[in-house]
Amino acid sequence: MQRKPFDPEMELFRDQARRFFQNEIRPHSEKWREAGIVDREAFLKAGEQGFLCMWADEKYGGAGISDFRYEQILIEENVYHGDPGFFMTVHSRLIAPYLGTFGTEEQKDRFFPDIISGKKILAVAMTEPGAGSDIAGTKTRAEDKGDHWLLNGSKTYISNGILADIVFVAAKTDPDKPHAMTLFIVERGMEGFERGRNLKKMGLKAQDTAELFFHNVKVPKSNVLGTVGKGFYHLMHALAEERLLSAAGNVPAARAAVNVTREFVRDRILFGQPLSKMQNTRFKLAELDTEIEMAQCFLDRCVEVHNEGKLSAEDAARIKLFASEVYGRAVDECLQLHGGAGYMDEYPICRMYQDERINRIFAGTSEIMKEIVARSILD
Amino acid sequence: MSAQSNSFMPPLSPMLPRALFQSEHEDFRRSVRRFIEEEVTPHHARWEDQQHVDRDIWNKAGEMGLLCLTVPEEFGGIGADRRYSVVVLEEIMYAGASGLGWAVHSDIVAPYLINYGTQDQKQTWLPKLVSGEAVGAIAMTEPGTGSDLQAMKTTVVEDGDDYLLNGSKIFITNGYLSDLIIVAARLGDGPKGAKGISLFLVEADREGVEKAKPLKKVGMKAQDTCELYFNNVRIPKENVLGGPDYLGQGFVMLMKELAWERLIISVLSVAGAESALAHTLDYVRGRKAFGQAIAEFQNTRFKLAEMRSEIGIGQSYVDRSLELVLERKLSPEAAAAGKYWCSDMMNRVIDECVQLHGGYGWMWEYPVARAWADARVMRIFGGTNEIMKELIARSL
Repeated sequence: MQRKPFDPEMELFRDQARRFFQNEIRPHSEKWREAGIVDREAFLKAGEQGFLCMWADEKYGGAGISDFRYEQILIEENVYHGDPGFFMTVHSRLIAPYLGTFGTEEQKDRFFPDIISGKKILAVAMTEPGAGSDIAGTKTRAEDKGDHWLLNGSKTYISNGILADIVFVAAKTDPDKPHAMTLFIVERGMEGFERGRNLKKMGLKAQDTAELFFHNVKVPKSNVLGTVGKGFYHLMHALAEERLLSAAGNVPAARAAVNVTREFVRDRILFGQPLSKMQNTRFKLAELDTEIEMAQCFLDRCVEVHNEGKLSAEDAARIKLFASEVYGRAVDECLQLHGGAGYMDEYPICRMYQDERINRIFAGTSEIMKEIVARSILD
Repeated sequence: MSAQSNSFMPPLSPMLPRALFQSEHEDFRRSVRRFIEEEVTPHHARWEDQQHVDRDIWNKAGEMGLLCLTVPEEFGGIGADRRYSVVVLEEIMYAGASGLGWAVHSDIVAPYLINYGTQDQKQTWLPKLVSGEAVGAIAMTEPGTGSDLQAMKTTVVEDGDDYLLNGSKIFITNGYLSDLIIVAARLGDGPKGAKGISLFLVEADREGVEKAKPLKKVGMKAQDTCELYFNNVRIPKENVLGGPDYLGQGFVMLMKELAWERLIISVLSVAGAESALAHTLDYVRGRKAFGQAIAEFQNTRFKLAEMRSEIGIGQSYVDRSLELVLERKLSPEAAAAGKYWCSDMMNRVIDECVQLHGGYGWMWEYPVARAWADARVMRIFGGTNEIMKELIARSL
């Protein structure tokens, strides 16, 4: 179905983004997958194009554009070039906004220019071995030592974990209150801050995901992000947008899987006719196409409402749930239509299949999404 | 556990705001709702038993201004836009009033006349359709012809100044109570295939028109769906819809509003699912099992969350489609996708709603049981979902 038209300048922006991802990112993705990590250079190049933190104030190097559709264009083009391992959006629109919303003027002056240029890369450290969506179960803690905080604990599954120069770490700061958490800005080189392995994953091979360890890290008071004790609420603050970001990637990724499959089924001859002429193929692809269109329509409406500042947690959960499930069904069906070829790494669908799986898990599992929706209608 | 005697259940508040509807639509919605509550719901069970609505409900609806909302003022209508039609369709589904064949009458038959009727045809029929004095039906399907129209066997042959119509039609909504039937037929000596089809305005009281008894159906039991037989029915040449220029143009005419006609089914599907969910929410809160309300079980919560999400997604697609319909830009493929997905979704949702009701869901007195039976045909009529998929596949 026809999407609501983007403004003409957005289409120009899309052309620019497409050229960038096709020319500067795509050629390296094979190498990055093998290395298990992207080059830092990629962030710098994105920064040069002005793609990082477009929403941020111009005085820091941003463009002051808060319209989510620009971000959506970047996300779409970052998917369409073929490998979703370059986690630019996590840096730029998921994590940096914490600084934008809760940072002091001094912190913004200190950190934003390097974040926006891509010189310094961001990660956020919430998840622990025993604390996922139930972040109240966090064990990492920080003690107030007068002129600094003493941080101890460990985090896992941290995206950009190896590359990160600046990590926003959630830690408990009042042993008696499970929700009393504080966010700390931990910087590369601080004593006691160490990285574990670059974790081997099922998919997203070019993406560096790591464990982080904090052993008596002295964090200066000037590196507290937001209000002491309010870290939990700070993290909750952006969840709707985080889920929207996730869905905004899932929909084009599902579309990309259908696109490669269209090509494949037209070329593959079976029992004397192209696979695309078989009714099962036609119906499966029609079903997927429809589901993706449904998701796209709902997503675009969510974006519209989000731009008005009105996207509810339930709607964000709904689109995250639906988009990731559609994406999951799409790669599975598309792989099936490829037959044995789909199981081979040289076919894009093989990688898409593996890259997809995490989307029903991160940014809140599908089960958590359902719980959020259920609460909104039952409790 | 007492049966839910009142079959009306207001829908949940919309998830994403429905930007298309304004306060005048909501005022209208309230009056439609009141009318159905007072004039339809109390009689619906009886209508199911007799297999058709009371004829006078058409006149009452006409008096209230609920029929054929898009008919221009010069022909007795109010010239409203299709948002008003959508309000009526939704309210019918919220109330489970599946006996009302207004969608075909108001939103399919009347638009044929508005789009193609000669001045004379419009003046003769539109005011009567608006007032409910005439009930409209459209007769395309035959025992051996569904979506493959080119297989149509009903024919007309020229006989002096008239045509003689012969053949039979099946599954005709509003057929039993119909006064005006738009009949698709092929010219006896014309080309084969889709090209030879024309549309004729046939008055139901013409000699040779025979209505069979309403067909017994799985659902929509108060809906008078029937077979129609035409034995040497003499129709004047001026009864070609649109006049002689439109002879042989039936196929093109049938295609013109296809996107809208499919959207109607999407609208009905989403509203029907919404209504079943509202009933189910009410039920799971009240019903206890193993010492707690079944609303508290995680399976119930997750199923309801999945349903609520899918309904919301269907709703936003329907509303976006409607927006495009108002701009006359909805493509047949996008409408086909909506029809297929929304009707499938409705069936999944209502089946799950029955499951959550347990044994009560199997009892006819529960609205969800009726909704389940009513829902099944959504995946079939207006072009089966398999046909929809074929259309989408072609566009890929």
